[in-house]
Amino acid sequence: MAWVNAIIQGVLVGGLYALFACGLSLMFGVMKVVNLAHGDLAVVAGYLAIGIIAVINIPVLWSFVIVVPLMALLGYVLQRTILQGALDRSVLTTLMVTFGLSVVIENGLLQFFTANSRAIGTGLALVTGSFTLGSQIQIGYLPVVIFVVAVVVLLGLQYFLSRSKYGRLIRAVADDKEAAQLAGADYRHVFGIAAAIAFGTVALAGIAYGMYSQLSPTTGTDTILLFAFAAVVIGGLGSLWGTLLGGVVLGVAQQIGAQISISDEVLAGFIVFLAVLVLRPQGLISRGAQS
Amino acid sequence: MTVPGDGERPAGDAPLLEVRDLTVHHGQLRALDAISLQVLPGEVYAIIGANGAGKSTLLRTIAGLHHPTTGSILFDGQDVTGRRPERRAMQGIVMVPEGRRLFGSLSVQENLQVGATYARPGPWTIERVYEMFGWMQERRNQLTAQLSGGEQQTVAIGRALVANPRVLLLDELSLGLAPVVVQRIYGMLPQILETGLTVLLVEQDVSQALRVASRIQCLLEGKTTLEGRPADVTADQVEAAYFGLAGAAPAGRPGEGGEP
Repeated sequence: MAWVNAIIQGVLVGGLYALFACGLSLMFGVMKVVNLAHGDLAVVAGYLAIGIIAVINIPVLWSFVIVVPLMALLGYVLQRTILQGALDRSVLTTLMVTFGLSVVIENGLLQFFTANSRAIGTGLALVTGSFTLGSQIQIGYLPVVIFVVAVVVLLGLQYFLSRSKYGRLIRAVADDKEAAQLAGADYRHVFGIAAAIAFGTVALAGIAYGMYSQLSPTTGTDTILLFAFAAVVIGGLGSLWGTLLGGVVLGVAQQIGAQISISDEVLAGFIVFLAVLVLRPQGLISRGAQS
Repeated sequence: MTVPGDGERPAGDAPLLEVRDLTVHHGQLRALDAISLQVLPGEVYAIIGANGAGKSTLLRTIAGLHHPTTGSILFDGQDVTGRRPERRAMQGIVMVPEGRRLFGSLSVQENLQVGATYARPGPWTIERVYEMFGWMQERRNQLTAQLSGGEQQTVAIGRALVANPRVLLLDELSLGLAPVVVQRIYGMLPQILETGLTVLLVEQDVSQALRVASRIQCLLEGKTTLEGRPADVTADQVEAAYFGLAGAAPAGRPGEGGEP
């Protein structure tokens, strides 16, 4: 029963990992930007939520409504300015720029919020409550809600990319941005939209993580970014369902590792990550399976 | 088939597209050297020349994908030299790029939809393209990679047409295609011209270009070596201009380049 429990918890947390990973995957897939600040942006969103809740004293769930669009806007602006400037030089430059961004964000957070870790206190029964399955399996409401939200967001993103005008343009620009220009599309604007989606999803994931666990200024690089990378690699680049699968596999591996010994939790996840890299470098669901 | 009115065309012989003394560098290399041309409304203007003569560079510069070192590009009397490629496309300069460049992970229909996203108002719609090519409608949900080269080229032309260009730039339509397929694709040209657009094309296949064009210009190493109507130039002149043989007498525009 303890093992079944581990697998269920792993699957649930895997939804959150997929939410972290989908923006990273989108930005790489569309503009070939490996965003090393991706995890830090999640933390920024979490701290923004903490700050807003403290200052204007609104219900916790409202922080999503404010922070997610704000981060999406930041994504558009950053893409159109700093990231596009780096892209115009070379793809390698974007790596250095996002690394720099990551350092700046982390140190900025340390400066303003100290190194103490914080959680987003919700005070909601939803977050602390749980229900039991059978006699031994106890499942928190929050992980279930986060998992459902993650799946809904991924479904929505999939629908947006495959059906909407801008989704089609995003895929077209990812294929061949020059040919898209010849069709009248300003690829820089399309890049901005893709970045806005990536920042919005990671903001959502960051706030959810702050409720689920704790945030500190370094959580972005030492946890979120690594887990997001692992989920993307395990699942396979360019496929949203691959990303969800990758997140779930990572989550399950971690929970099974924790079941063996609590200190093996993170290690087990990365062993699976390495195994996939060696045995199936294209990921469990490779690109092309998406459409 | 309806023939739309040509009310928006410039009157008389005012060129729709004009290139003035265009010089383009790729790094240190001078790819185009003071090229000029005027494309009149409704005509088919062909640029011919060997590999590396600068034909594609010329077309790409007109589309806005390269920046000229000097010179200017005028479209319908307006200077568009500094405009971005997407702006030019929306104004009616639309290119079918060399090698087709379809969106590989999009279906046939989605490729056409992307082409129509920023379309000008005009006679061409996705339905009209389907009317012209029945097979395309049947296979609209297939990925373009599953099509033959000729079919892909047709989709690429369709993607450009649905934007309702005023001038259509065709870059090496014949590249990598069997002669019979090339014939079929060029066979569509009259139907396309019927809707009132103007064509500027680049072609390595000289006989094909001479057959469809109202005027031609031959490039050699970035310079104009021959310009004129197909009826007015002899095969010898074309050969000399194409290969840069000594003693070539450029027709139409004497004294303009030719020597290495």
